[in-house]
Amino acid sequence: MNYESVIGLEVHAELSTNTKIYCSCKNEFGLDVNTSCCPVCMGMPGTLPVLNKKVVEYAIKAGLALNCDITRASKQDRKNYFYPDLPKAYQISQFDLPLCTNGYLDIDVGGEKKRIGITRIHIEEDAGKLIHSVMGDESYVDFNRCGVPLIEIVSEPDLRSAEEARVYLETLKSVLQYIEVSDCKMEEGSLRCDINVSLRPEGSDKFGTRSEMKNVSTFSGTQRAIEYEIGRQTEILSNGGVIEQETRRWDDGKGENVLLRSKEEAHDYRYFPEPDLVPMIISEEWIEEIRKEIPEMPDKKKARYTGELGLGDYEAGIIVGNKSMARFFDRCIELGGDAKQTANWLQGDIMKYVKDNDISFDDVPFTPESLNELSKITSDGTISITAAKKVLARMFETNDSPAKIVDELGLAQISDTSAIEAMVNGVLEANPQSFEDYKNGKTRALGFLVGMVMKESKGKGNPQIINKMILDKLEAYKNS
Amino acid sequence: MSVTKEELRHIASLSRLKLTDEELDALNIEAVIEFARELSEVDTGDESPTNHISDIHNVFREDEVKPSFDRDDILKNAPAKARGCVLVPKVVE
Amino acid sequence: MKLYEKTIHELSSMLRAGEITSVELTQSVLDRIDEIDGKVGGYITVVAESAMEQAKAADAKIASGEEVADLCGIPASVKDNICTKGIATTCASKMLENFVPPYDAFVSDRIKQAGGVIIGKTNMDEFAMGASNETSYFKLARNPYDLNKIPGGSSGGSAAVVAADEAIFALGSDTGGSIRQPASFCSIVGLKPTYGLVSRYGLVAFASSLDQIGPMTKDVTDCAIVLNAIAGHDSMDSTSANIKLPDYKKALVSDVKGLKIGVPTEYLGDGISEDVKKAILAAVKKYEEMGATVEYFNLPMTDYAVSAYYIISSAEASSNLARFDGIKYGHRAASFEDLNDLYAASRSEGFGSEVKRRIMLGTYVLSSGYYDAYYKKAQQVRTLIKNSFDRAFEKYDVILSPTTTETAFDIGGKIEDPVQMYLNDIYTVSVNIAGLPAIVVPGGFDKGGMPIGVQLIGKPFDESTLIRSAYTFEQNTDFSKIRPNL
Repeated sequence: MNYESVIGLEVHAELSTNTKIYCSCKNEFGLDVNTSCCPVCMGMPGTLPVLNKKVVEYAIKAGLALNCDITRASKQDRKNYFYPDLPKAYQISQFDLPLCTNGYLDIDVGGEKKRIGITRIHIEEDAGKLIHSVMGDESYVDFNRCGVPLIEIVSEPDLRSAEEARVYLETLKSVLQYIEVSDCKMEEGSLRCDINVSLRPEGSDKFGTRSEMKNVSTFSGTQRAIEYEIGRQTEILSNGGVIEQETRRWDDGKGENVLLRSKEEAHDYRYFPEPDLVPMIISEEWIEEIRKEIPEMPDKKKARYTGELGLGDYEAGIIVGNKSMARFFDRCIELGGDAKQTANWLQGDIMKYVKDNDISFDDVPFTPESLNELSKITSDGTISITAAKKVLARMFETNDSPAKIVDELGLAQISDTSAIEAMVNGVLEANPQSFEDYKNGKTRALGFLVGMVMKESKGKGNPQIINKMILDKLEAYKNS
Repeated sequence: MSVTKEELRHIASLSRLKLTDEELDALNIEAVIEFARELSEVDTGDESPTNHISDIHNVFREDEVKPSFDRDDILKNAPAKARGCVLVPKVVE
Repeated sequence: MKLYEKTIHELSSMLRAGEITSVELTQSVLDRIDEIDGKVGGYITVVAESAMEQAKAADAKIASGEEVADLCGIPASVKDNICTKGIATTCASKMLENFVPPYDAFVSDRIKQAGGVIIGKTNMDEFAMGASNETSYFKLARNPYDLNKIPGGSSGGSAAVVAADEAIFALGSDTGGSIRQPASFCSIVGLKPTYGLVSRYGLVAFASSLDQIGPMTKDVTDCAIVLNAIAGHDSMDSTSANIKLPDYKKALVSDVKGLKIGVPTEYLGDGISEDVKKAILAAVKKYEEMGATVEYFNLPMTDYAVSAYYIISSAEASSNLARFDGIKYGHRAASFEDLNDLYAASRSEGFGSEVKRRIMLGTYVLSSGYYDAYYKKAQQVRTLIKNSFDRAFEKYDVILSPTTTETAFDIGGKIEDPVQMYLNDIYTVSVNIAGLPAIVVPGGFDKGGMPIGVQLIGKPFDESTLIRSAYTFEQNTDFSKIRPNL
């Protein structure tokens, strides 16, 4: 029997606020252990949480970008469980009234569009980190991450393959980065994902029993973890077995998952409304204020690039895929730059430089104004394409304007027709037989002559002008 | 329907309490639960539950960093610590 | 009259007039503690050294001639579930025996800002769970009017030290009657403010939606003074009310003419002792004589308030006390097998029986399959209780009632029967459930000479009317003048 896989993702994204969700400690990755802590995030007796407004705004922003309904009267709840990285022994989260519900995200899987439902987005606090001792029997607890704000984005079980899940995750990441609510650095754990997988016979519309997989923290890991789990479940079902509802843990190093706890061992979280935090009433005005801050989303942007601006699908995709590059591109166009030329520079030489030097696009030192200038002096013939590439390389190293670099390197083309004419005449006089050759149909003579003049001009002659001038003279002789 | 010993043992485990049968008997949780069950007599209809007695809402903090506590102060009360961290028995989950 | 016998308002004038110094006053209270706390058991920690330093600072402040607050130079005794920076805050539990908070509660800070002198931390029922002070891990506290009797609870130590003149005033906390019942048992004034009037920041939480800190004082004037000092908005407590507050001293007016008082008949029914009923009816008569109108009325849901209270408070407590796990602070068992054993062993060794009982009940009512039948149901009953008070306050300015069914009982008298102990709270828990303010003022004595307090319940944030009503009663009766003989 063939099985269809049914996949849903629960994505946790750390919000890039300045402070934690319930206290004023710094929200920053990589600080020395337990140095961004206070009695509140340490869950010390008598302390109380106060909600960071920015967290609510970011969650709503994410909700709007993901086409969700915003819950007008929302609240927070306690999720009770014991673990050393959870100082209060409960996590403040949201249970039955999440801030956002009922949205969707459109993804593009190999050219095919698909709409993935978003069940809900809620706010909650992150837990601390356990550092396991290699030799001893201890773990070290670092509470810095306690209280870092998270949004949990729960998808509908609309994904049907590991690839779809990966694309969904990548698209989601780019949306969250676009609206600047999370930096989504999987390597720093600021984007994490739990995966629900079940199988059902092809054609069936009932859901099978699902497993939940935790601890997936890379994009490629997501795809591999799902492929592994589909394989595991397929094997069980093919051998006449049954899938248990259980929680499994993905081990990316070993490329396999192991049982974490069975349904019987499942936690009883004893959710109840958080008495220390008051309800959130979200007004229409507040939502509209937040909506105004949402920039053009990647899919809309790409459509504009390929439509209005006439870019190819591939180059538009590359630019949209990098938020900083897209911002740079948009600015170039705003300033009157040529879309096609700008796109060529960005996805060609500039991207190559960024990759070769292992830097981020944000580290590109020159401005959109400078790139526009470079495009302009290239297209108006001031410099040749070859020279322009040299100028660009210098632009990565100095703050000088393209014009100044052209001057310094002496790269300006000679477009002065009298100067060129003198050189053309000289070359033609030295090669009189070329008139005859051309007249006899040997058009290759033209290329030879242009090459000679270019050599004479030490590469600075404008090839178009030279070409035209020689052609005119040859034609005149031919027709005389 | 009264609560069983087995249920109580489950509740103790959820509560992370070690209670022997004798201790459980002495605590007489059954009587307290029985007492709480009195409420089932009340017809509450579809009355909405009161989670907060006041009507305060939308209490927020601005996203401004304030200095954290000194690590020594924060860890002063920890029963076991080393290298700026609290120590716990090794756990993997 | 010894300095330690005096009230805040008397001492405050003397301090300002330069008749006494805070150092003398503080020493006087410290000496009194040395003299009798062995009998009373009201303090868990006394901080003589830091108190004397604060007293010196207060004296310097007063001497400098700058304007000082009423509490400047006045010794303050703080219930041991209210965090005090650098001073052990134990909640009368083995769990927190060695816990020294690196931060002050909002109210501790307010007292210090006012120039008050924190002299010690008072005994209480463990984590404020109890009505007799017998669940304290450290020691019993005793009733100054009869050392064989309980002082009440959970703020038993606070009430006892004020009554025994080993404190000028104390702070207590009230989740279901924990200020008012011991105030009643020890013939002092106790006020449970409206939920949200006093910040809970730094109060070790028992039941977050019910807890309030309040003054426990020798008279109503002192109550107004202390309330002025501790009430007010706190940005660290999301449930703290951000409203303009009156000067409560302005409510110290001896006049209740035209005041409309309601007395719930349910509070004078089955179970109330003859002596208590007699005292309450006498108080009713007194109010009528003083010009108030009194009406009896029905307050529905009273019968269910206690069980609703125990469900809500235990549920919240089970979650609030989960943080005591032997990891970051508090007791950690000496030996354990693994992490879960570390949790269970530390908690089982660190918590006493009553705390375990409440945690068990609270976990049960929140657990899968029981939430709707217990917790949600109790929160619905909470709505009904609130509604019945709202209706009463459409007609009355103040509700007058007994505080307890009987006077202070013998040590050991009820501790074996949890349900009997819980029922002791029947007249006090509704006030917390509805978030209302209530004051208890001395209202007489039973045949055995044990005190009886009168409870006045007010509209939300109408502490002024309560203070005025209690003050008028106090000015027209002599009950507060009868002090214990120690």
